[in-house]
Amino acid sequence: MAEKDTLLEVKDLKMHFPIGGKGLFGGKQQYIYAVDGVNFTIKKGETLGLVGESGCGKSTTARAVAQLYRPTGGSVNLAGKELTRLNAKDLIAARKNMQMVFQDPYASLNPRMTSGDIIAEPMKIYARKGLVAMTHKEIDERVEQLMERVGLSRFFRNRYPHEFSGGQRQRIGIARALALRPELMLCDEPVSALDVSIQAQILNLFKDLQDEFGLTYLFIAHDLAVIQYISTRVAVMYLGIIAEISGSADLYKKPLHPYTQALLSAAPIPDPAIEKERKRIILTGDVPSPDKQRPGCYFYDRCWKRMDKCKAERPQLKEAEPGHEVACFLYHD
Amino acid sequence: MTEEIILQVQDLKTYFHTDEGIVKAVDGVTFDLHKGETLGIVGESGSGKSVTNLSIINMIPNPPGKIAGGQVMYAGKDLVKLTINELRSIRGNKISMIFQDPMTSLNPYLRISTQMIETIVLHQKLDKKTAKAKAIDMLKLAGIPAPEKRIDQYPHQFSGGMRQRVMIAMGLSCNPEILIADEPTSALDVTIQAQILDLIKDLTARLGTAVILITHSLGVVAGMCDTICVMYAGRIVERGPTTEIFDKPKHPYTQGLIKSVPRLDKTSGDRLYSIRGQPPNVIDLPDCCPFYPRCDKAMDVCKRKYPLSKDVGNGHAVSCWLYTEAK
Ligand SMILES: Nc1ncnc2c1ncn2[C@@H]1O[C@H](COP(=O)(O)OP(=O)(O)OP(=O)(O)O)[C@@H](O)[C@H]1O
Ligand SMILES: Nc1ncnc2c1ncn2[C@@H]1O[C@H](COP(=O)(O)OP(=O)(O)OP(=O)(O)O)[C@@H](O)[C@H]1O
Ligand SMILES: [Mg+2]
Ligand SMILES: [Mg+2]
Repeated sequence: MAEKDTLLEVKDLKMHFPIGGKGLFGGKQQYIYAVDGVNFTIKKGETLGLVGESGCGKSTTARAVAQLYRPTGGSVNLAGKELTRLNAKDLIAARKNMQMVFQDPYASLNPRMTSGDIIAEPMKIYARKGLVAMTHKEIDERVEQLMERVGLSRFFRNRYPHEFSGGQRQRIGIARALALRPELMLCDEPVSALDVSIQAQILNLFKDLQDEFGLTYLFIAHDLAVIQYISTRVAVMYLGIIAEISGSADLYKKPLHPYTQALLSAAPIPDPAIEKERKRIILTGDVPSPDKQRPGCYFYDRCWKRMDKCKAERPQLKEAEPGHEVACFLYHD
Repeated sequence: MTEEIILQVQDLKTYFHTDEGIVKAVDGVTFDLHKGETLGIVGESGSGKSVTNLSIINMIPNPPGKIAGGQVMYAGKDLVKLTINELRSIRGNKISMIFQDPMTSLNPYLRISTQMIETIVLHQKLDKKTAKAKAIDMLKLAGIPAPEKRIDQYPHQFSGGMRQRVMIAMGLSCNPEILIADEPTSALDVTIQAQILDLIKDLTARLGTAVILITHSLGVVAGMCDTICVMYAGRIVERGPTTEIFDKPKHPYTQGLIKSVPRLDKTSGDRLYSIRGQPPNVIDLPDCCPFYPRCDKAMDVCKRKYPLSKDVGNGHAVSCWLYTEAK
């Protein structure tokens, strides 16, 4: 049973994408095991950072939580509601409480709509369905309010996405996500495409909004320093599973999983004196493809601390220290 | 790194003539590259990093682009003035380039062996068999397992990180004097990035190659480069030895940039420092300091004239009125 202040509880979430056709002559259906049994909870007002390399299943996790993909297994409980079992109509109502912000603000904004219309759109749709009670005038006012709040002048409301810079477009995306006053925001690499100076502005905006509205974030990034800055807790993903999850400070001070250790040691630090002295754990090999399930630890091929046991058996995520869970036999007795 | 200068870029200007106006993508860039030096060019998107380097090897699409002024001196010749044929013998041979997306320079329809052997035969006048042996050696150096088998595969049969290794092997196969690497690891994961940067560092040190490394990552330049040029709106606003730039940044832009990156080794506190506003559009820029609208220390003169580069010692130079007597 989830604790009282839990907003999102994800249990054994699985998203297996079928690939290729089932062979005519009884060939076996093949799958991409993009997300393969993920567990986490996020408390109200917290930020759970999700890091990991390309293709490890971060976006798929967020999309499966949002039910943009219907998960092939597991449960997603948002504020006491089990989303995986909702029908389409109830899902729309539930989604009001959960909005997404994407990496590429350009691709996610309709180029033929003005910024004002883009921000108003979710309110108009929900008003039309009778799911929020807002008049046209109220929607108009809220658009202006939202624009000012995310740092866009309301005089820009008639401009089109291409007339804005990348950072400003991301602000439009954030305003749109805020429009329905959700409790949970699923942020999929919202700052990855931005320049350093703009990235800092947008990260600060996310923090300010959280303080002001008590927002809860699932925040995806591949930059470990960004994740450290924004997150209360951090989950490290590898090949469709969570390898390690803990409080942010703890994870960065004392990473347990050999993969987390390698990730942290590989991330460059903008300080030549430190870079000169650093010892890197250089991993060999590439991230394997998630097109098969393996009996052993998914990190086995690249792990420099692997043991015989790791090849045959898959370690489960277990608490190694209070609040610090890791899926590695080094820490399981 | 030695005292010997092998490439001298002087007041380079590259403009694009577009419907919206003249894009001054590179507007008076000057720097020297020494033998064996690794020089980093950092700056935000659109600041002119790629155009600078495409201009060096004279690969600016014309129209709409044109090198509007300046010199690129290499081996006693101004590359800007060379004929296509003269350039061909230098590109890929004496000066080679690797890009962010290896697929822009790998031909998807040709085996790796075909592509590598062609380049080596063309530039080094070796027979095919020797060229293939050399190609296999380079792939091995670049950390491709079983290179004698993999060399006959096609680019799509390699992962992103391995393709980047192949690119590096190709780029270095003719022992170039200069390797220009434009965001060679930006599309890669950090663990792969670490491998590739290690590889570039190791191979170029062994072969004595000078490197121009373009990146927007301050972390990457901190670990890789001897010297750093910071670009903003088509100009180099500050340049100097890496430790100088990080320990004693002079330009308010460089200072702000360094402060606004969240760091792994420090908690950034509640708020990140951030530079206000956004980079300017380089169309029809007035001839003043392009950073002044975002600068906390802007003065009157900054809005009127662009500051000349001022040497502040230790090979450290900055273009900012704070360090220059206004005339
Ligand atoms: N609709 C789909 N059909 C089939 N496979 C998919 C689909 N979406 C994602 N995948 C695969 O699932 C795996 C996880 O993809 P996902 O996009 O979640 O990764 P990610 O961690 O977000 O990566 P990145 O950092 O590159 O965004 C990848 O192998 C991907 O190719
Ligand atoms: N073919 C072109 N036609 C018109 N403008 C161009 C062309 N190529 C580049 N530019 C402009 O020149 C400027 C500098 O571009 P450049 O590609 O050098 O930036 P960059 O610093 O490499 O940025 P990034 O980090 O995004 O790669 C930009 O304003 C760009 O729009
Ligand atoms: Mg993703
Ligand atoms: Mg570029």
